[in-house]
Parts: sequence; structure tokens; C-alpha cells
Amino acid sequence: MSARDRADAIVVGAGIVGAACAAALARDGLRVTVLDKVFASAGTTSVGMGHVVVMDDSPEQLALTTYSSRLWGELGSQLHARSEVDRCGTVWVAEDETQLDAVRAKQESYRAVGVTSSVLNRRELQEAEPHLRRDLVGGLLVPGDSVVYPPCATLDLLQVAREHGAVVREGVDVRELVANGVRCDGEMLRADVVINAAGAAAPALTPRLPILPRKGHLAITDRYPGFLRHQIVELGYLTSAHVMTTESVAFNVQPRSTGQVLIGSSRELVGWNAGFNHAILRQMLARAAHFMPMLSDLSIIRCWTGFRPATPDKLPLIGRWEPIPGLWIAAGHEGLGITTSVGSAQIIADQVAGRPTAIDASSFSPMRVFAAAAGAPT
Amino acid sequence: MTAQRRECDVVVIGAGPAGIAAAARAAELGARIMVIDEGIGPGGQIWRPSSRVLSSGRAAQWRSRLSQSGATVLSSTSAVDARSDEGRGWIVAAESLSGALEIVAGKLILATGARERFLPFPGWTLPNVVGIGGAQALLKSGTSFRGRRVVIAGSGPLLLPVAASMSKVGAKVVLVAEQAPFESVSRYTLGLWRRPSTLAQAALLRASFMKTRYATGTWVVAADGEDHVRNVTVTDGVKSRDMDCDVLCAAFGLIPNTELARLLGCRVERGSVIVTETQETTIAGVFCAGEPTGIGGVDLSLVEGEIAGAAAAGRAVDDGLVARRARLQSDAAALDRAFALRSEVSRLATDDTIVCRCEDVRLRDLDPSWSIRQGKLYTRAGMGPCQGRICGAALECLRGWPPDSVRPPIQPARLATFLVGAKAETTDEQGVH
Amino acid sequence: MSASRSVAIVIDGRAVTATEGVTVASALLDAGVTAFRSSTSGSVRGPVCGMGICYECRVTIDDVPHRRACLVVVASGMRVDTASGNA
Repeated sequence: MSARDRADAIVVGAGIVGAACAAALARDGLRVTVLDKVFASAGTTSVGMGHVVVMDDSPEQLALTTYSSRLWGELGSQLHARSEVDRCGTVWVAEDETQLDAVRAKQESYRAVGVTSSVLNRRELQEAEPHLRRDLVGGLLVPGDSVVYPPCATLDLLQVAREHGAVVREGVDVRELVANGVRCDGEMLRADVVINAAGAAAPALTPRLPILPRKGHLAITDRYPGFLRHQIVELGYLTSAHVMTTESVAFNVQPRSTGQVLIGSSRELVGWNAGFNHAILRQMLARAAHFMPMLSDLSIIRCWTGFRPATPDKLPLIGRWEPIPGLWIAAGHEGLGITTSVGSAQIIADQVAGRPTAIDASSFSPMRVFAAAAGAPT
Repeated sequence: MTAQRRECDVVVIGAGPAGIAAAARAAELGARIMVIDEGIGPGGQIWRPSSRVLSSGRAAQWRSRLSQSGATVLSSTSAVDARSDEGRGWIVAAESLSGALEIVAGKLILATGARERFLPFPGWTLPNVVGIGGAQALLKSGTSFRGRRVVIAGSGPLLLPVAASMSKVGAKVVLVAEQAPFESVSRYTLGLWRRPSTLAQAALLRASFMKTRYATGTWVVAADGEDHVRNVTVTDGVKSRDMDCDVLCAAFGLIPNTELARLLGCRVERGSVIVTETQETTIAGVFCAGEPTGIGGVDLSLVEGEIAGAAAAGRAVDDGLVARRARLQSDAAALDRAFALRSEVSRLATDDTIVCRCEDVRLRDLDPSWSIRQGKLYTRAGMGPCQGRICGAALECLRGWPPDSVRPPIQPARLATFLVGAKAETTDEQGVH
Repeated sequence: MSASRSVAIVIDGRAVTATEGVTVASALLDAGVTAFRSSTSGSVRGPVCGMGICYECRVTIDDVPHRRACLVVVASGMRVDTASGNA
């Protein structure tokens, strides 16, 4: 299909979510065109952590992350070596008995949706991750979680889409989303289905989307193979992700397949100011060293900031946008974009095809924005 | 691990000739000065202190002047970050061998020197393929090159002094290959009659070189060997020849170290920091002296350093220094023209040649249609610990990718170094050396 | 120049006598070590820039990895581990 033929679906945004949407729709036989203003993964996808992790901040989040994690696993050989898929699992750590209770509750809520995990006592935690502080009381091991390298996973997903006939056009500045179409510089592209998968920039195209850029800092070390065996997250991570208004840091480290340790996380709402906040960076790194004292001696070779697309109710917007015929939204995934990309894409593909979705997607409906505005309970 | 917060009037970053001159002058004028330098002792690259090679009289004099000036010198200390202290001055974060510190100062003088321009060619990653300044540094730091067959290939006035140093310690310098054509080199050499001291130097060097092969219009095309280099191929564009070689010194001129200047937002054009007559950058309170303002050698670095030091200490600029600087800058421009790099040396890499040494990214891995960000994200080229300092020139030549923006840390640093500033104890700088 | 003193260090488990004041990089090269580290795809590397920016001279010194050998002066009893030792 040449770029000029009418497509069945246009995906705006070639980040991980857009790429996953393109793959899902192309596999369904639709002629797909993907458009990106810069290049594939140039937005949030290129600056995030790359975890594929089950999270239970809410039942809806638990359902979506569980579903999507399963779909990631089913991608199998469609993801190549460059995606660096590593099923290293996650260890949630508890600092005290109260947190250990929360760990047990977490295990229960995971078990209820079929996710295997095991509670670790102090000794088992030490064995699982010898560099953790020795006085942590325990944790939860979730062996099914994994880590991927997002920029290349995006390329692999786009490759799947291409193999099913999709066309990817980079450096295309989309100006407006209209009924069954997309207006770019100098051209109008028509399609029955248009998907706004533009992440933190999605509101620029669909102004009523309640997505705000939630800034984070990350730091990566030199290569220390074997230093970390799993992703490690403190239980406070969920609180940090949950509370929108204040700035916060939460301990989260991840082993990269290179042996580098990726250290996060921080959250603040400061508009699009990408500059370093030294105080927050310091707090984030101090918190990391608090949990893993030996991190202090590791060499950090690079730091950067990025923006997560955050919604007020902490759930992404997936589904039809009724005010504009043909427009669908797949955006607002905050810090779970990598995890929930494939699941979000399948939900969209199912809805476009008129098939029932595998999980209840009603809570993700973008139309809830209007219900909220009207004062109705969401 | 110790962590401290210190205060002074001016921080000088780099203790090469420019930093030494700036710090000494400013301290003599009464300012409280701290100097941060990565080296084991002041001197930078060209005046690197060594137990094996005697310092030039001038280097010793300036080092002595620095130590008597009252400036505090922190050696083996790397500047990692610098930022505005809410408009009141500057905070410099630095890391030493066993600790970290923050220095708060009203003014900054960036004397960060230069590094060699490495351009990849087949075999350049073999052990014992080193830079030219790199070879000199290794020699001065104690490496023995006695009896080794050495080939020196590259460009510029560094080649002959390094060859001379090598010969002096018993190395067998088999060939000195200057890529610039004979016409340019001889025009430059003839032009030296205007500068008596350099002429004398050049004559001495040539005398010590009667037996050494010095070829112009000649460049390296490949290094070969198993665990280390054993053989080198050079060409003059018409004919190639091989020779046995134990150490290949190959680099193509110098590149200013502008990372700190760029981090601070100073304007940099064509790789050089833009400064005023008083050596002030486009960021008020930040001065820059020496190679980062444009490669110009020791003499120019000293003059710029003195001007910057005086200016940072609030004194008027000396007209004599200004005049000398102008003359030396025009000398530097002449040198630049004479030793301009021919296009062949920027295209020596083949598809299989490693371009990014930190991450082992080969030329064929780098899609020419990509931007630099894509190259970095998809292959990790330029994302290793050298932060693109070694591969940057190659990425620019081979793929047209200009250097990316600079973020802290400007050198890899221990995580603990980032934690300084949380619990601060302030020590006022007494100017004790 | 005055006579230099020697410093006893350990390179890849073997005792080596270095000259006082030389860098670890120099001591390694003079001890015949050319493979300081293994690159990410497994080829051997040694010092290149001599001034601490290329990171090719990284070795483990006293159990601390990623130390740039060209920036560290030898000290008595220092233990240096290189890629040569792992070969």
C-alpha cells in the first residue's frame, strides 16, 4: 500500500502504545498508517523504565496490567534480541510489619487474578537480593514480571505492523484530528479509524483529554552485571504514583540486560519544564541508597528527565471519542505505558472490530471525561 | 565517604596552563581561589608532571607561581556538575578519589582544555593503539617504550614533540605520518620565521630527527594484530605500505572540551566557546580560557588565563596581554589552516569498524537515515561512560550527527556524589594551599 | 633524576614491582598487560587517551570496578584485576 492510498486506520503517535495499536490493527487485516512527529519512541517511550509489571493500585489497573502482561508474553519471537526481554521478575520490599501486611494483601489480590507471587521473609529477601539493606522485614516476589528495552520493543512492534502491510511515516506533524481524518502539513489523510496515541502530547490534538505531563527523573549506572537480579520496588511506589498533587520519590531499580542499573523514580507536576530538579534527584538517589546502600558506590553515567502522561483517576483513556466520528483514544498511561500498551492495543482492536474485549474496558472509556464534567460519579 | 561544602570567590576548573595562569593571577590579586583538576598534580596534558620527563622551565615557573599565589588546588578531583546558585553565583559539584564536595563561588573560570580527535579506522580498537597526546601522557605517567617500534600518525604540531619524547626514552620511531600535504606543512614551517622561539624549537626537533622518517600527505588506513597491534598500513593516497609496529599513536588534532560550558548555557560556535575581550562567556560570571575558546596552544592559553584571572578578580584587562592574545590567535588560525584534515581521514572506517567503543557499535549498525537521538536510543552509541567524547567526532563525520545537549553528570560520578548538598557543612576558603 | 623507589602491587593475582609515582596503567603496560578490559562484545581493550576520558583503561582496583587506571597512582599492596586475569 502506498502512503497515498486511503488507510483503514491511522495511528497518531509511534510510541509503544501507538506501535502496539498498529500491530494489533494490522494483524486484524486493516490497512494501517502510523504517523509520528519525530521518530518511533521519541516521546515518553524513550525515557521511561521499560518494566512490564502487574500493579494493583485499583482493580481496573490490576486487570489491565495482568491482561497486558499476558499478551506481552504471547508476543514471543515477534520481539527480537534488541528488545532485550528479560523475565527477571519484581521484588516488592517491605520496611516494617505494616508493609508486610500490605505485602500479604497484595499476594492475595494477585492470586485472585491468577498472578503467582510468593511472600519472602527477611532471610529469603536477602537471598533474592543480597545488596538490599539487611533490616528490611521481607517482600513479595512476582516472578512473571519482566523488563524490556522500550525503544527497540517499539521498533519490533512496528515491524510486526509492517509485516501486515502497515506504513510508518516519521517526521509528520499532525495538526488536527477531524471526522474520519487527520490533517497534517499540506495533506489531509482519511480513514475510518483514527487513533490518538500521542501520549503526553495527546491533549494538543484532543483538547478535552485530561492528561498532564508528570515529570520524572532517572539515572543509569555503568555496567555491573549481577548486581541486581530482579526489579525492585518499594511499596510506597503506589502511593507516590497515586497522589497527583505533590512531588514525591519512590525507590524503584531495574536491571538492564547490559548489566546497568536503572534507578528511579520521581514524580512532579511542573508543566513541560524538562530541566533537572537537583533537590528531587538527590532525594530519589538518597532513597535508592537507603534501600540499597551499595548503590552509593556505583558509577552513574547519565541522568535524564521525562514526562509521563498522567490522568486524574490514574486510569488510561482507551476507546471511542464520540464527539469526533472515527476518533479513538489510546493515551494517558502514566508510568504503565510499556506494561499496558499491548493490552490497550488489543482492547482498541477488539472494539474497532466489534468484538467483546477480553477484560471489562468500560472504566477506560474516554467518554468518562464528560460524565465527570457533568458531575456524575465515574 | 567524606562530603563537604566549601566557599570561595572564584572556582577555576582545570589546572593546565590556562587554569594555572588564571588561578595564580586571580589569587595574586587577592581573590579566594579554588582550582579543581583531574590530574595528579597541576599541569594539564602538555605540562603533565612526571618523574621521568623534566618539566620545561616555564612549566616549573608557573607551577611555582601557582603554589605561592595562595590558590587552593584540589587534584584528582573531577567537576561533575555546575549550576547557578539562584542567580547569586555558582555551585560546582565535584568528586575526588574518596569523596565529593560542592563549591559555592561568585565566579567560574572554565579552563577545561582539549582532548584528541579520534577517528575510527579498521583495527583502531586493538590494544597499543593509543592517541598521540595519549602516548605522551602514558609516557610521562611512567610507561616504558624502550625498544618498541612506534608509528605516529595524525596531524598537527604534536606529532614531532611526541616523536622526540619517544626517541629520548629509547623507542624506535619507525614513521611519523602527517596527513596534511607537504605544501601546507612547509608553508607553515616557513611562516615560523616570524616566531623565533618556535623556530628554534622546530630546528632542534628536526635535528633530533635526522634518522626518523617524517612523511607528509600520509595517513594510517588500518592496524592489524591479534591481542594487540602488530602491523600498520599507511597510504599517501597513491601507494600503501605496511610496517611492523608495537605501538601506533593515532589521533587527528584536538577538540575543545566544551561540555561544562554547554551545560551552563554558554554560547558555543563551531565547537569553541564564545568569549568577550575579558574572556567572559555569554553567561555573566562564567569565564573561559585556553583551548575551549579555540585550539591555540600553550602560549595562548597562558595569556587567556591571565586575562580571565584578572577579569574574574575584578581588574582591568592588561593591554599588553590583549595584544599578545591577538597575535597568538592569528598564529593559531594559521596552524588550523595548515593542518586542516583531509576528507579521507574522516572516512577510514569500514562497515565492520567499531565506531562507539563503549558500546561496540559498528558503522553498519548506524542507519544513515537516523537522527543522533535515534542512533543513541536504538544502538546505545554514545550512551556509554565516555559520554560520546571519543565517538562524537566520528558520529559527526560519518553520519552528520552533531553533539547532543549536555546534562549532568558531565563525567560519570558515584551515586554518593549526587547526595552532597543534602547535609551541608560550609567551610570558608582561607586560601590555604 | 633521583633513583626511584619501588612499590609492591598485585596484578591478576601475581606480585609485581612497580616504580613509585607511576600510574596503574603504566605499571600494567610495563608488566606486559595489554588487555585491561573486555569490551561489551568481548574484545580486549587497553588505554587509548591517557587522560581519563576514553574509559578503555578501566580495571578493578582493590575490588572497586571501573577505575580508570591512567588516573590512579600505584600504592603499596594495591590489587589490580584486569581482563587478562579472566582470560
